[in-house]
Amino acid sequence: MLWAAGFLIVAGIFFFAVGVLGVLRFPDFYTRLHAAGKCDSLAAVLVIVGIALYNLADFSPSNLLVSFKILAIAAFVFIASPTATHAVTEAALIIGVEPWTKKDEPQ
Amino acid sequence: MKLLQERVKDRPAGENLIIRTAVRLMIPFIQLYGLYVIVHGHYSPGGGFQGGVVLGASFILLALAYDLRTSLRFMSERVNAVLGNVGVLIYTGTGLLCALLGGLFLDYSALDRILPLGPVEWRSLGIFVVEVGVGIAVMSIMTSLFWDLGSGGEMDEGL
Repeated sequence: MLWAAGFLIVAGIFFFAVGVLGVLRFPDFYTRLHAAGKCDSLAAVLVIVGIALYNLADFSPSNLLVSFKILAIAAFVFIASPTATHAVTEAALIIGVEPWTKKDEPQ
Repeated sequence: MKLLQERVKDRPAGENLIIRTAVRLMIPFIQLYGLYVIVHGHYSPGGGFQGGVVLGASFILLALAYDLRTSLRFMSERVNAVLGNVGVLIYTGTGLLCALLGGLFLDYSALDRILPLGPVEWRSLGIFVVEVGVGIAVMSIMTSLFWDLGSGGEMDEGL
């Protein structure tokens, strides 16, 4: 159980690191938001599920309840975060943020 | 890009199936969580103010994803004003009742004279009653703040 929890948390931290790299290095708003959205949904859910498993390491009914609450947070994040990313992207599209293109290519 | 922009411009602002479906899915759980935070406030982190903010945020989310009129349909302005005042009344009423029964303001152990449950039990119950009042008041104030600021006081179009 502890090993699985550790694996999930380390995987989540890896995806967070990749997402931060993307936010820093990508050229424009939409691609940066793409990287940030991956962080928010995939990496955060991995870390939260890892914490839920870690909490179950010494098994008892009260710990099971706490783990269930943590998993409920994971489900909520999994619905809310992509929706938030979608809303921000659409707002950017409406006010006309131009996507990045290579300068020498025709649009 | 141009094509996408035109497709977005065609529909009225804020009408988005994805956001609306997700919001419809989330709002019941947000409100349940707000009630949980209020009720569980004297055992764990949380309490009247935090739970009230969560409850108010659910109505604000409804107004953001749909429009102001939809949120007014679920919680009318009149009911909202009444709820805000009732919340404050519960809070000050409990406090004043304690003072009238011979304790200090908000000294719940004085409520023991109504129904002898013991001062410890009454302190727990008194905090619960006060937190329910605070939660109701905060919820209605959050919602009406958003309504008034979002629509310039007209309660009509809004964001």
